[in-house]
Amino acid sequence: MDLRAQAQRWQRWLFRLQPEGGAVRLERRRIYILPTRSGLLYALALVVMLLGAINYDLALGHALVFLLAGLGLVAMVHTFRNLLGLGLQAGAVAPVFAGEQARLTLHLDRPDTRPRRALALDAGAGPILAELDLPDSSSVSLPLPPQPRGYRPLPRLTVASVYPLGLFRAWAYFLPAARHLVYPAPLSSPLPRARSVPQAGDSRGGNGQEDFAGLRPRQPADPLRHIAWKAAAREPAERPLPVKHFAGGGAEEIRLDWQDLPPGCDVERGLSLLTGWVLAAEAEGLSYGLQLPGVDIPRGSGPAHRQRCLETLALWSPAGTRQP
Amino acid sequence: MNWRLPWRRQRRPLPSPLPHSVLPWLLLCALATAGPHTLHQPLWLTAIAGLVLAWRAWLWLRQLPLPPRWLLSLVSLGSLAAIVVEYRTLLGRDAGVSLLVLFLALKLMELRQRRDGVVVLMLGYFLLLTHYFHSQSIPTGLWMLLALVLLTATLLRLHGDDRARPLASLRYAGVLTLQALPFMLVLYLLFPRISGPLWGLPRDAHAGLSGLSETMAPGSLANLIQNGSIAFRVQFQGETPPRSQLYWRGPVLDYFADGVWRPRFLPQRKPQVEARGAEVAYVTTLEPHNQRWLLALDSPTAVPAEASIGHDLQVLAPAPLTSRSRQAFRSVLDYRHNRQEQPLVLQRALQLPAERNPRTRELAEQWRRADPRPASLVQRALAHFRQEPFFYTLRAPLLGRDGVDEFLFATRRGFCEHYASAFVVLMRAAGVPARVVTGYQGGDINPVDGYLTVRQSDAHAWAEVWLEDQGWRRVDPTAAISPARIEAGIAAALPDDEALPLLARVDLDWLVRLRHRWEAANNAWNQWVLGYTPERQRQLLSRLGLQQPDWRNMSAALAAACGLLLLLLTLWSLGRRPRLAPEERLWQRFCRRSARLAPDLARAPWEGPLAYGRRLGERLPTLAPQAEAIAGLYATLRYGPPLAPRDRQQLLERLAACIRELPSRRPS
Repeated sequence: MDLRAQAQRWQRWLFRLQPEGGAVRLERRRIYILPTRSGLLYALALVVMLLGAINYDLALGHALVFLLAGLGLVAMVHTFRNLLGLGLQAGAVAPVFAGEQARLTLHLDRPDTRPRRALALDAGAGPILAELDLPDSSSVSLPLPPQPRGYRPLPRLTVASVYPLGLFRAWAYFLPAARHLVYPAPLSSPLPRARSVPQAGDSRGGNGQEDFAGLRPRQPADPLRHIAWKAAAREPAERPLPVKHFAGGGAEEIRLDWQDLPPGCDVERGLSLLTGWVLAAEAEGLSYGLQLPGVDIPRGSGPAHRQRCLETLALWSPAGTRQP
Repeated sequence: MNWRLPWRRQRRPLPSPLPHSVLPWLLLCALATAGPHTLHQPLWLTAIAGLVLAWRAWLWLRQLPLPPRWLLSLVSLGSLAAIVVEYRTLLGRDAGVSLLVLFLALKLMELRQRRDGVVVLMLGYFLLLTHYFHSQSIPTGLWMLLALVLLTATLLRLHGDDRARPLASLRYAGVLTLQALPFMLVLYLLFPRISGPLWGLPRDAHAGLSGLSETMAPGSLANLIQNGSIAFRVQFQGETPPRSQLYWRGPVLDYFADGVWRPRFLPQRKPQVEARGAEVAYVTTLEPHNQRWLLALDSPTAVPAEASIGHDLQVLAPAPLTSRSRQAFRSVLDYRHNRQEQPLVLQRALQLPAERNPRTRELAEQWRRADPRPASLVQRALAHFRQEPFFYTLRAPLLGRDGVDEFLFATRRGFCEHYASAFVVLMRAAGVPARVVTGYQGGDINPVDGYLTVRQSDAHAWAEVWLEDQGWRRVDPTAAISPARIEAGIAAALPDDEALPLLARVDLDWLVRLRHRWEAANNAWNQWVLGYTPERQRQLLSRLGLQQPDWRNMSAALAAACGLLLLLLTLWSLGRRPRLAPEERLWQRFCRRSARLAPDLARAPWEGPLAYGRRLGERLPTLAPQAEAIAGLYATLRYGPPLAPRDRQQLLERLAACIRELPSRRPS
């Protein structure tokens, strides 16, 4: 039996973990608290001190030990209180490529004016420290653990705090009902040229790639590689940068096709290569289409097109059905 | 296998490196907790600890790397060896404290992680306790309380407060400590007390306690006089007897050899005391002196149950007193003691070392030939002291082999032990049974709390002679030389240029008043805080209605009280409703009321005020103007530009009025 899955099931039962949408406020019943290692050390020190106080019959020794014991109890309440009432809301996660660190924007707020200090927020990729001190809410960019491609549910978030004395650790879980998109990891390889389709009737007015045809002012979509830096250096600074203008051959348009992948590469590697091609084609300002078994995206370019292609690659599965 | 219990999977909530800015706090903590120990530990240890602290501070200032481990190991091994050499052990109380101080200093040299800082602070808390080995006075208690707040503030700064202002950390630590105080009180009163020791005390546990000693040699009392500390306090029920009658009986010494008086074992037998006056009742609070004797007024008639009264009227506790203790006594000041004395005792009361002090023996022999009656011999000797040029002084010259001879015939300068000793030797040589009694004489009434305070500087020695028909009679030769010593105390009896503790001098009036106040406070502290022994705990709890308090019902009461306190604290700190702005409160009331009109009219969480107002207006056209007005007012108050207080108040009142006018039922 898979012990890990078993443990997860058990935890889900123990901590009543349910995916929750929207904002969550940490109520008493969802905050857990246990002594930390420092807390156990503290307790041990107190026991030894009490024995010493009894043995040497130190009245003030008793008082000191009792004061410290009271301090421990008070610290417990204060640690609990540091989390109580905290509001959490999961924000957006920008899509990332597999292997990259996705970051979740987590909004924190509090219903009162008490500052909340040293909140450790953790989604499984290392804790981030946050503090709520100012009257407004605050947002934290929380790293998420790396995931394979596809829509991935957000991991369980842990909010923990040992503030003020580090003797107790209070924590709460939050499982946001949201998912984030992971594109396949891109593999860079030369763009396929074989099936590129040069078109004579060029609709874009001779914006080719091959023959230098002069300079024109730069427009926002022009690739950086086409800027005529030498010419720019000669010009006064205020003018728009000159861009090398090419003619001939028309705008190159390519099809990124599953069929063009090198033979014998497996699905994930193939998707990675296709992702690399999409990125390269977009960077070169080409017009590109994408063909996968069961999917055919017509040619186009620009951020929206790129995103559509990447999303398709992220969700495609060999059977041709989309992943849920 | 990657399966661990959820609470074992504590990812560290704080990054583990120690924040750089916490170090001065830790250094201060080390100073505050280890610093006062310099008074009690060997100089070399203070030097090492101080050097290490200074070194660490320098490293911090210059941001230099910490020294390598091997160097630290070398230093610690060396110091460990030095401690073993100094104390001959690593386990004793003082050796243990020295070890703690050393660990604390060296731990500062390897502060890398937050955890190391926590260890330093735990050591600091522990060191706080060890100060009480030496003193449990009010100043120590206060200092420790302040140090505790400092340690706690540092703990705070270690756990997320490191960017806060120092005063804010100290204040928060103070708040935490204040909130812990009720727990301390409850635990102090109810925690079942066990009287120690749990294990054998090391030999050095009660070293350095001052007080009378079991023997008396010339100069031994004169040394004790220099000590202004308090020997015991007395609370009389009723009138305090006159000072000249306050003879507090300590060890009775009847064996004289080599210039030293010692006690000898006597077969115990009940003393016969005939009271010839009224009884005096009083309670003494005796400072620990690590001896068995208790101090009672001559002659005690009733002693505490556990104590015993000896044949010579000495009151003995079952074990050496290692902590402050209270005893209730009754005494008669006018009495006859052992009119029928055992022959053995009388025979021993005539013992003299052979071939010593020949001139003294000769003088006594002369007197006896002139008038052999014991009473007149006593008078003769006292007259001798009065008439010859004897001086009462702390600065007595050293005496040699025939000490009494030298004193009586050559130096003639001495303190009470010289006079008592010479008197007893004279009496014995003349054939009158006599012995030396040591103890205290007199005491000062503290006008603040009415306690009689007896100090080490009131230590005294006098003589007792046994007379036919009268039994043992007290004779105080010091009174013959310096009546002021008995009537007014040591400070009045000594010339001004003699060294006395400052506080024993009475001529500084304001100082005396201050001292009285201070000692009354100390006495209250001793009686009520430090004197809370298992017996007193039982007494208090039975008075509070706990029948036959034992550890079981004490623990139950303790758990209940602590639980109650925790509940109160929790309610106080968790149950406080967040204080809402007035417009927010009104708006929530409005939302509640409109939701009551119909469930589908409740405001959705994402709905802004204006949108909600519009929706309400669309659904209930009759309410449309009102709903939109309310929403508009709320939006202005909450999100609009800041308003002058008067305008704001007006708008709030209008908002409240609009909400009041809402119908409580859905208009048909």
